[in-house]
Amino acid sequence: MSSFEPKIITFLCNWCSYGAADLAGVSRFQYPPHMRVIRVPCSGRISPKMVLAALRKGADGVWISGCHPGDCHYIEGNYYARRKFTLLKEILEFNGIEPGRLHFSWISSAEGVKFAEVANRVIDEVKQLGPARVFIKKSPEESAA
Amino acid sequence: MNRYTETIQTLAAKLLETGDVKTVLGFKRGTFPLTTEPFLATTPADTGELYWDVNCRLNLATYLKKEMGKVAVVAKGCDTRNILVHITENRIKREDVVIIGVPCTGMIEVKKATEMAGGDILYATEQGEEMILTTAGEEIRVPKAQLLRQNCALCAHPNPVIYDMLVADPVPVQTGMDRYADIREIDAKTSDAKWAFFDEAFSACTRCYACRNACPLCYCPTCFVDESRPQWVGKGTDPVDVRTYHMLRAIHCAGRCTECGACESACPMDVPVRLLTRKMEKTVGDRWGLEAGLTLDARPAQDIFCLDDPEEFIL
Repeated sequence: MSSFEPKIITFLCNWCSYGAADLAGVSRFQYPPHMRVIRVPCSGRISPKMVLAALRKGADGVWISGCHPGDCHYIEGNYYARRKFTLLKEILEFNGIEPGRLHFSWISSAEGVKFAEVANRVIDEVKQLGPARVFIKKSPEESAA
Repeated sequence: MNRYTETIQTLAAKLLETGDVKTVLGFKRGTFPLTTEPFLATTPADTGELYWDVNCRLNLATYLKKEMGKVAVVAKGCDTRNILVHITENRIKREDVVIIGVPCTGMIEVKKATEMAGGDILYATEQGEEMILTTAGEEIRVPKAQLLRQNCALCAHPNPVIYDMLVADPVPVQTGMDRYADIREIDAKTSDAKWAFFDEAFSACTRCYACRNACPLCYCPTCFVDESRPQWVGKGTDPVDVRTYHMLRAIHCAGRCTECGACESACPMDVPVRLLTRKMEKTVGDRWGLEAGLTLDARPAQDIFCLDDPEEFIL
């Protein structure tokens, strides 16, 4: 499994976690290059269907990160996000998606260290699970094969 | 004839005669045994067709629309909770709807009745607490309680929570039932076993959207399954598409679903869609202590938040 290079779709909010990724970069904190970052205006902007779309298209893991509660640029976006993520996490696990494929975090733009730590942790966990197998939409040709 | 039928007819006739409402939304007898159809009575003469029995499985809140003007609607406990959700979501106005509340003793499941009768049911009548089912060969009597739908057997709110008139005195409310035994059973499985379980459970789904159409909560002008740019979910019966549809629908209904069971009753393939909506209902209750459709002051769960919502899963 050591040769497995996971693809992890990472949704980062523009105001905190994206800044943290930037800070981690300029501070030269190390983490493996398995993330594909999608910058969103707020964690509250992320709809469950976006996460499902990532998984359906073959992402091995999804990581969503936003501002700490109370620090949302839009005051309350991440509070709503927290409720949505709770439901999303529960329904995905209930359906048999391994809990280790879906990660959430609050990282402020000053927490470059935390960003690198969480990135390492997420990548480790997804690596241990191996490639995503079940919830991937195959094209008709692939299904026939 | 069910004792409620006559009262519903009388109340509806009175409402239409006085001109309080333009239409009364109720049920009429279906073409086949063990079925009913939604019915709009617009004149006092129409009200003779209104009907009530243990087959009023649909939720008439589905048909309430703002542009209908003032209407009366016949509603079970779960349906009234649903109407309440519609009012809190500004879908309809409280003053535009006259709710004829029906204290409900539960609706029966056709599949269970057919299995019990051991053949096609030609005729079915309700007598007290029993159902008399007539097949080509024989006539059997079965206690109604044995034929109830799961959501009716586990019902905690049989009496209307909001109404303008009741067709009978409130019925006793059961307590102490274990509402989520089957959900916990699935929760205890491994991820692979869960996936395999639902793969099998949803394999029959033909994506006919009967569940969506029967659901009063599914009123989006464009459903996500119909969106094409981007297309979130394919239109066929690919297992991953089917699963995506059911998961997202459950999330959309989370904190709003009142367990009326219309989705499952409308399903022609016996897909257990309520497993997912009930998982969401359990989550909303466990984590935020909310239950949909009980008071007019409460907002739907995903429309509000608490500063200290549990977040042990967030790093």
